[in-house]
Amino acid sequence: MIPAAFEYVAPASVEEALAALAEHGDDAKIIAGGQSLLPVLRMRLNAPEWVIDLGRIDSLRGVRDGGDHLAIGAMTTHHDVGQDPLVHEHALLVSKAITHLADAQVRHRGTFGGALAHADPAGDLGAPALALDATFVVQGPGGTREVAAADFFVDLFETAISDDEILVEVCLPKRAGWGASYEKFVRIAHQWPIVAVAATVRMEGDTIAEARIGLTNMGSTPVRARATEQMLAGQPATEEGVAAAAALAADGTTPPSDLNGDADYRRHLATVLTRRAVLAAAGRS
Amino acid sequence: MTATQEPTAGAEIGRDRRRKEDQRLITGRTRWTDNITLPGMLHLAMVRSPFPHARITGIDTEAARSATNVVAVLTGADLGEGQGACINAWPVVTDQVTPAHLPMPTDRVAFAGETVAVVVARSAAEARDAAELVEVDYEELPAALDLKEAAENTVLAHPDLGTNVSAVWRFDSAEAGTGGDVEQAIAEARENGIVIEREYRQQRLIPAFMEPRSVVVDPTGEQITVWSATQVPHILRFAMAATTGVPESKIRVIAPDVGGGFGGKLQQTPEEMIAFAVARKLGKPVKFTETRSESLLTAHHGRDQWQRLTLAATKDGHVTGLKVDLLADLGAYVAIVGGGVPVLGAFMFNAIYKFPAYQFQTTNVLTNKTWTDAYRGAGRPEATFAIERLMDELATELGKDPLEVREMNWIKHEEFPFTTVAGLEYDSGNYEAATARAKEMFGYDELRAEQAERRARGDKVQLGLGVSTFTEMCGLAPSRVLGSLNYGAGGWEHAEVRMLATGKVEIVTGASAHGQGHETAFSQIAADRLGVPFEDIEVLHGDTQISHKGLDTYGSRSLVVGGEALVRALDKVIEKARPVAAHLLEASADDLEFSGGRFTVKGTDQGMAITEIATAVFAAHNLPDGMEPSLDSEATYDPVNFNYPHGTHLCAVEVDTETGQVKLRKYVCCDDIGVVINPLIVSGQVHGGLVQGIAQALWEEAVYDENGTLVTGSFVDYLLPTAADTISFEIDHTTSPATTNSLGTKGVGEAGTIASTPAVVNAVVDAVRHLGVSDITMPCTPERVWRAIADGSSGGATTEAAMPHFDETEGGVQ
Amino acid sequence: MTRISLNVDGQQVADDVEPRMLLVQYLREKLGKTGTVVGCDTSSCGACTVHLDGRSVKSCNVLAVQADGSEVTTIEGLAGDDGQLHRVQEAFRECHGLQCGFCTPGMIMQTVDLLNENPSPSEEAIRLGLEGNLCRCTGYHNIVRAVQHAAGTTDATEGAPA
Repeated sequence: MIPAAFEYVAPASVEEALAALAEHGDDAKIIAGGQSLLPVLRMRLNAPEWVIDLGRIDSLRGVRDGGDHLAIGAMTTHHDVGQDPLVHEHALLVSKAITHLADAQVRHRGTFGGALAHADPAGDLGAPALALDATFVVQGPGGTREVAAADFFVDLFETAISDDEILVEVCLPKRAGWGASYEKFVRIAHQWPIVAVAATVRMEGDTIAEARIGLTNMGSTPVRARATEQMLAGQPATEEGVAAAAALAADGTTPPSDLNGDADYRRHLATVLTRRAVLAAAGRS
Repeated sequence: MTATQEPTAGAEIGRDRRRKEDQRLITGRTRWTDNITLPGMLHLAMVRSPFPHARITGIDTEAARSATNVVAVLTGADLGEGQGACINAWPVVTDQVTPAHLPMPTDRVAFAGETVAVVVARSAAEARDAAELVEVDYEELPAALDLKEAAENTVLAHPDLGTNVSAVWRFDSAEAGTGGDVEQAIAEARENGIVIEREYRQQRLIPAFMEPRSVVVDPTGEQITVWSATQVPHILRFAMAATTGVPESKIRVIAPDVGGGFGGKLQQTPEEMIAFAVARKLGKPVKFTETRSESLLTAHHGRDQWQRLTLAATKDGHVTGLKVDLLADLGAYVAIVGGGVPVLGAFMFNAIYKFPAYQFQTTNVLTNKTWTDAYRGAGRPEATFAIERLMDELATELGKDPLEVREMNWIKHEEFPFTTVAGLEYDSGNYEAATARAKEMFGYDELRAEQAERRARGDKVQLGLGVSTFTEMCGLAPSRVLGSLNYGAGGWEHAEVRMLATGKVEIVTGASAHGQGHETAFSQIAADRLGVPFEDIEVLHGDTQISHKGLDTYGSRSLVVGGEALVRALDKVIEKARPVAAHLLEASADDLEFSGGRFTVKGTDQGMAITEIATAVFAAHNLPDGMEPSLDSEATYDPVNFNYPHGTHLCAVEVDTETGQVKLRKYVCCDDIGVVINPLIVSGQVHGGLVQGIAQALWEEAVYDENGTLVTGSFVDYLLPTAADTISFEIDHTTSPATTNSLGTKGVGEAGTIASTPAVVNAVVDAVRHLGVSDITMPCTPERVWRAIADGSSGGATTEAAMPHFDETEGGVQ
Repeated sequence: MTRISLNVDGQQVADDVEPRMLLVQYLREKLGKTGTVVGCDTSSCGACTVHLDGRSVKSCNVLAVQADGSEVTTIEGLAGDDGQLHRVQEAFRECHGLQCGFCTPGMIMQTVDLLNENPSPSEEAIRLGLEGNLCRCTGYHNIVRAVQHAAGTTDATEGAPA
């Protein structure tokens, strides 16, 4: 219930935060919204000596129109991202995924960047970020660098962010007019997804011109269902055609086996949910 | 259909009074045990074994002792005999094998989570910090984890006992003279009838009350005061006194506001005993409040049985015999009534039916897992599940509607009172009426038509309808029956009525509420009986110094046993007041009538309110000669029989055959719980009970891995349903008043839980039976349903691993 | 120790706290606001829900130091100064939306937030809006009725037995 003791600093700028990180290095943990970190600390599964709170850095909050993309400040809460009209217009898939993310209280406090940096493969934002080809802006002592979504998720709870860096912004290429659906499969409502499928499609008449599909909890990182995407491109959005493409969704994935389902069941779910997500995104269900 | 209860004008009984308790609960002015802070209070943290079975070879407390603000670090050896023992109140057989249960063992741990040392510090945080510094050396021992293997004694949970079998308890109707020979019935059915043989699993559940357990012990003053989040303050006081040598009169136990129990707080816990011992040893007040993880790990679990069942019937569907063979997992110790839980089910497998022959046997088995004990329903949900699943299987075999097969076999309403094959006398009931009403509310025939249409269409989402017609024995319990079952205590209840000088009334009850609404319901009973305003009645409970006598709250007993004690105490008040009224009104006592709170002289307008008499008795200026100046009265009531609520529950589910996901579509029930005191409170009890029973069917399961670690150790993995997973219910009542208490009431606390589990599983199986499925193991997870559809199995075992959301220590949490 | 200053239920307070102290502990142990309770350690149950700067949060999942400079409203600050109950409190009593009452402070605080965002929610929206709050007693039926009653979207006694 009670975390082990730690020192606390709440820098007012990214630069100050980086300095604190440089000073305390391995002994420090960064806290954003804290919705995943605090349970870890309370159950004493981790006991950092320092906690660096990004909550006072106002520049990390908000959704900005970056021309061809949206820039979402890492400290923007899920609730604020979910309510944002720009996100709804240009990255509908993210809006849809956030509707189902955790619960209202967690969405009020948890942050977009925090959840992505946590890199829980069962987290609801990884698959949409991957499907949308998000770019992750990380800042370190040497300035900022950009990491493509495909390179960002390295392993279970592991990202391309170095120990001396902080995720400051996530850029989503604008995809206005794309349909989107996030099919999340749970046993009870407040669970992390057993499997979820993030699908967004661009329709040209009755034809799927382009499809982007990310899978949640089908491996140690979010994964793209590339084979399905390729098969869908240029196909009419029929039940049969989509089902045939969705049948490939789990190819090459390595989902876990746990209380909620074995790997083979998850692979099966991925194909069903992919079909449903694509049809919904295409406005066919 | 029996008469539907209509509240009479002005009467409190039957009225949907809003609860008296709520004002403090909705404004945050509640007194939970963890809210209590005393001067100089010290805090405890437990050092718990990570191993299910191990010898303790050394405990190094040095580093912890020298940590900041640590006052003491104590082991079982340090506490010695002062720690007392955790008692088993119900050795179900005289030669029961019962391992000694020290609150803090000194040499060997028998389940993961057992406490081996306690740290005492000035703050809870510092106690926890220091607990991390206690070094315990363990020599791991082989652990008995699987129930079936443990029953074979392959590995011993307690090597010194030489067996894992704690008890074998048996009932046979031929031997008892209550029915025929079940083996003969089965043999005949094999020749010329139907035999249904099944094995069902009752998974292990965790009561998961919302308020974690907490205990505060203050040893200063003449009495040692214990505040505890318990259902059983009186039993706890007895057990503390009996096992520590502290005189019972020197212990005061208070259960303040208690946040739910469901049987889970019906226990004398090691943590309470440790806190008691530490406070006595140090002479300072101490507090221990468990975390949720500790609660799920160490507060007793429930259910956990294998049920081998053989049902014999004639070719037309009349059941001729039922044979039940149980394996029950007691966990590491025989809990306070742990061994008795399966025995409570022994009388209920025959349920509402007229079975000519019946045999029940339970083998109670010790394992190296958390101990099990009562969880809402305690033995009766298990029994009801088994028989209601079997009746559906029989209906399938016969090709008949499941309700039709039940009706062929159930006790008709004109046959009450009815003595069952298990030897119980059911006082009243009307299964036909409850079933007719439930069917009407449900739209049974329309839903069957929709089901047929979906099947014909090959819809990916199939509809299933589930039936459960249940009864239960509650209102625990007639003391003579308990004695015959070797239970260590009685089943009476006590009440006291105090008539205050200002016209107010205090009711003291030995029942100990933890959410049920006793303050409201008991006020209604007293208001009607005494004719005083509802608002002028105060109900006091849960403090052994105020309520000096009681047997607490469990087994749906508070109203039917405690309520009857109250009625009797109230009647004594009226009878004491009568001679005073006669004296003051200068009339003969025989000429007085008591109604609406007033004594009146027949045929005149002369009268006097009972509250006025109370004031006069307080002044005592003018009383009949020789009269003791008090109207206060008490009564201790020992029930003459159990109490038998019943009902018909109908459930419709939609099963997504592609994913195995089960969605509740409709749930209807019509329960007969006799006369209803407060329909609003009853509705709450039914709704809450339903969801706990539905949760067993669909969601909850305590899972251990091969190392004996509880992998469902947090609310992330032990799945309590949320509002978003459940639906609104349609409930109604028929009323067959109980004939064994004055008010005609029957228990309702457990009804919903007992009835709903088989209704849901029957519905799930019904939805996919045409796809080759005849059973699905609980909980009916989507994966199990999907596998059952795929291969006709019952769905397979749960993988013993949790998702790793929180056990990441090095990753990129931001 | 870190100095924090915040407004809790309309009262300005300041304390030196350990950084590890959770907001809920601060409320309970430093301020004696024991109306807010702790039900779990994984932020699953929602019993500790309070409003932080006007939005519902789980106070077991916020450090007290993170609330520095903020406004916090707990169940104890919901009723008016004259003791007039908030309509959501009143609705929970009216509809028997509580039994043991342990989840109730969090359930009420989340309901207030839900109705602030959506004054006339459907039953589905209510159920989803309360998915972060566990109740073990009521089966949620009467909680949903209470929210509907507070929203004025249903009669309080609907669904109660005859």
